[in-house]
Order: sequence, then C-alpha cells, then structure tokens
Amino acid sequence: MTSAAAAGSPVDGILATASIVLSLVIAIWALVAALRHRAPDRLQFAGLAVLEVVLLALAVVALVALAGGERPGEPGAFFGYLVTLVCLPPLAWVLARMEPTRWGSAIVCAVCLVAPVVVVRLQQTWEVVGG
Amino acid sequence: MAETRAPERATNKGPGRLLIAIYILFAIAATSRAGLQIATRFGEAPVAYLLSAAAALIYIVAAVGLGRAGHAGRRLALACCSVELVGVVAVGILSIADKKLFPDETVWSDFGSGYGYVPLVLPMLGLFWLWRTRRAPA
Repeated sequence: MTSAAAAGSPVDGILATASIVLSLVIAIWALVAALRHRAPDRLQFAGLAVLEVVLLALAVVALVALAGGERPGEPGAFFGYLVTLVCLPPLAWVLARMEPTRWGSAIVCAVCLVAPVVVVRLQQTWEVVGG
Repeated sequence: MAETRAPERATNKGPGRLLIAIYILFAIAATSRAGLQIATRFGEAPVAYLLSAAAALIYIVAAVGLGRAGHAGRRLALACCSVELVGVVAVGILSIADKKLFPDETVWSDFGSGYGYVPLVLPMLGLFWLWRTRRAPA
C-alpha cells in the first residue's frame, strides 16, 4: 500500500479547494439574496447540503490518513477544527430554516464565510511539524 | 406576563437571529480554543487561558440571552454584551501596552485582530440591537 501523496497533507487536495470555492459561491449567492430581501431559497439549501457532503468527504480522507499512520502537527486543534467544520452547514441550515426572511440568507452568508477560514486553519494545524 | 404599555420586540427574530448565529460561532471558537489551551498547556499562560474560557462562557450566555428574548433574556444579553465590550477594550489595550501580560493569544488580544476584529464589533452590534428592540414597532 503506497500512498502517492505520502508527503502531502490529506486536507490540502481537491476536496479542500472545492469546499472553499463552493462555500464562497454560496456566501455570494446568499449575500445577493439578502440584499434583494429574499429568504433562503432552495439553491442555498442545496448548496449547504453539497457543501456538507464535500466536508464529510474531507473528514473521511483525513481520518483515513490518520488510520494510515499520518499525524497532524497539532492534533488537538486539528480535531477541533474538523468537528467544527462539519457542524457549520447544519448550523446554517437549521438557523436559516427558522428564519425565512432576508436575515436567513444573511445567516447562510455569514456561516459560509466562516467555513473557508476553518478549512485553511485545518490545513495549517496539519502542516505544523513538531511541537 | 401581563401586557405592558410598550412591549419589547423579540430579540430573536430577523437580524437578531443573525446576531445569535455569529454569537454561536464565537462561542464554538472560544470554547474549543480555551478547552484545548487549558487541557494541553495550562501552566504556560493560565491568565490568558482562563480569560479565553471566560470569553467563551460570555458568548454562550449572550447567545442564550438573545435567544430567550424575554425580559430576563434581554437583561442577560445586556450584561454579557457590556462585559464583552469592556473586556475586549481592556484586554486590547493591556495586550498592546504590556505583551508579557498575555503571553499567548486570547480571543480578545489586540482588540480581537486574530478574528477580524469581530469580537470588538459584536458587543456593539448586540447593544445596538437591544436598544433597537426596546420598544415594539408602532
């Protein structure tokens, strides 16, 4: 079993990039909706669902790498960010469902702006080598 | 409760819900940061880490206060936002004046610059929102 990306970080691939891009696209879409006084539409909820799937896939890839013996630079922080990350889209979903006004869209926008930051922090906590 | 002459508007609707969402995000961020710091290296900077924990607690209680939306909830939120504002300004000044006081970062160090200054703006928004909702719309 040879891992092609043995030296690379498991959270620095296409999935991480896709999650960041998708999250920002949803954020912009939600911002436009909020500015136009629109409640969260189906596209926003669909976007959140796809984002959650991508983030879960990212988490699985990270866990597989861990099972394969790779270790993040700061394990505690890494798991903290990983758990937080997969909780973000559901949080946005629930709050946006409770608020079927423009402010629901604003919530989706805010959460989708935070998610990319968490992805980047996740990558940083993996890459720090040593203690 | 009996109907009062000028009932307060709910703090947990509309923009308030966005505010609660941001408070929840900061509650998560501060709680995990404080938990990790205290669990792994408490001896290095106990003051900074206890401050992180206090900040985390305040964010949680503020979110609950805004979410409850009743009279007690408002007072709870008012107290939290006030403490938060004083805390972020005081810690901001202290952390710049004397770096040794807070050897490790907290949510409130340098006026919350590590978090895009949101910790500084958030209590102001909270207080503004409480002020805006103090009376029902005519």
